[in-house]
Amino acid sequence: MVLSCQDVRKTFGANVVLDGLTLDVGEHEVVALIGASGSGKSTLLRCVNLLAEIDDGTIRLDGEDITDPRINPDAVRQKIGLVFQSYNLFPHMTVLDNITLAPVRVHKRPVAEAREQAHEWLKRVGLADKAGAYPDRLSGGQQQRVAIVRALVNNPRLLLLDEVTSALDPELVGEVLTMIRDLKGDGMTMVLATHEMGFARQVADRVAFLDKGKVLEEGPPAQVLGEPVEPRTRQFLARIIEAGRL
Amino acid sequence: MTVQLHQPSEIQRGRIAYRRKQAIRSVLLAALSTAVIGAVLVVLVTGAPGWDRVKQSFFDPDVAREYLPAILEGLWLNIRLFVVCAVCALALGLVIAILRTLRGPVFFPVRALATAYTYSFRGLPLIIVIYLFAFGIPGLRLQGTPSVTVLGGAALVITYGAYLAEVIRSGIESVHPSQVAAARSLGLSYRQAMRHVVLPQAVRRSAPPLLNDTVAMQKDVGLISLAGPIDAIRAAQIGVASDANFTPYVVAGVLFVLLALPLIGVTDFVTLRAARRQNAGT
Ligand SMILES: Nc1ncnc2c1ncn2[C@@H]1O[C@H](COP(=O)(O)OP(=O)(O)O)[C@@H](O)[C@H]1O
Ligand SMILES: [Mg+2]
Repeated sequence: MVLSCQDVRKTFGANVVLDGLTLDVGEHEVVALIGASGSGKSTLLRCVNLLAEIDDGTIRLDGEDITDPRINPDAVRQKIGLVFQSYNLFPHMTVLDNITLAPVRVHKRPVAEAREQAHEWLKRVGLADKAGAYPDRLSGGQQQRVAIVRALVNNPRLLLLDEVTSALDPELVGEVLTMIRDLKGDGMTMVLATHEMGFARQVADRVAFLDKGKVLEEGPPAQVLGEPVEPRTRQFLARIIEAGRL
Repeated sequence: MTVQLHQPSEIQRGRIAYRRKQAIRSVLLAALSTAVIGAVLVVLVTGAPGWDRVKQSFFDPDVAREYLPAILEGLWLNIRLFVVCAVCALALGLVIAILRTLRGPVFFPVRALATAYTYSFRGLPLIIVIYLFAFGIPGLRLQGTPSVTVLGGAALVITYGAYLAEVIRSGIESVHPSQVAAARSLGLSYRQAMRHVVLPQAVRRSAPPLLNDTVAMQKDVGLISLAGPIDAIRAAQIGVASDANFTPYVVAGVLFVLLALPLIGVTDFVTLRAARRQNAGT
């Protein structure tokens, strides 16, 4: 298992967001997290990235307990990429500097080498001409692709994507989804929180439905999205269909 | 590449002509109102019963010429002091601002001290700080007490450091937490995130108020004359005392204004650019 969450509990005051959640992700596997807004998808991803501290349970990365207070969280985060709904590019840096910041400062790689790798990635995702641009000159879709590249140049074991297309205009969603599909082709292990059920069906190996702080139902996309067993999963999907997103 | 010249339509030509007429009208109006207000001011001041005496004791060209060299020499001290003090105050402000953002129980005393410092020195009048430093510290009769100029400069740095620290701290707090989250998610340590992501944005954002405080500091450098060193104001004071004429003060004042103009210009430019940038995003 690349990632293994066991009985994870996370509360904000009296609000129990994750309540004994258990989820495993295998090598090269792509897991889609679905669930109502506020069901704790972002919270789970932030806990896995150690941006938030869990209140109980264990999270393991390649078998190592990363929720042990004695481990160095910076070292763990270097192995886990996280891409945010709102991109969060650094506005005072060019695209190139955004991408090479971690390789140069964290991994201490030579600047020239880091830049070369960044240029290669930019070319691959069709942004070769944007290397010197500042984020505010890019469209949302371009910014999100840069944010994904920024996470990838760390060569993460696991990539977490938090509703990476939710802030985008509909016509820009496709370019980001294409990129994620390509990453799956590369064998990247990914957990993606998403509202794009059609995309989850295409790209995910497994879909997990979050409800009341637990994974209520999980399985192959065709099963969870097509013939859900749990009434609450059915209710959720019915609402999604009503909103025209399936 | 050839650009095809666009021929404005009838209606657009009408608009252009109208706008040009309006522009000429406003320039004429501005010139007229300036002339009227200027004339009123001149008549009011020069027509005042005491004008002749004021002119003699504040605007005497001979006195001005006599003391200009001494005042200029004093101003050179102000300029050097200002540059050194501004750099030191900025560095101090940056350090204090960073100390105030440190989290965790270990840093509690540091945080508390930094907070106490900014609270007290923002409230304490600069004159009192200068007196305390320039007369209090030598009173201790310690070995190697620096000169009053250095002590006065230190008073300036410590007072302005507190202001600049608060400006930078509010800049740090205006950087959205998601920026730190993004930096940390890439594996950067807290220090690296601060240094490469938060501080550059914070300093950029607080550039206008920082420059504003620097302009204020430039003229407050003159207060050092209270401690005794012969700066521009002290040189002017000496002239005033020996000639019983206030013209040297006016000369020093004009020089201070001239000295401040470039920095004020830069401040306005940076503020304007920052405002434009903010508005461009929305
Ligand atoms: N930093 C926080 N402080 C307090 N409550 C939070 C915080 N982050 C998230 N929550 C709460 O946790 C719940 C789950 O939020 P989130 O993980 O963002 O859900 P989702 O991503 O599935 O929409 C919500 O009720 C939200 O209000
Ligand atoms: Mg969310």
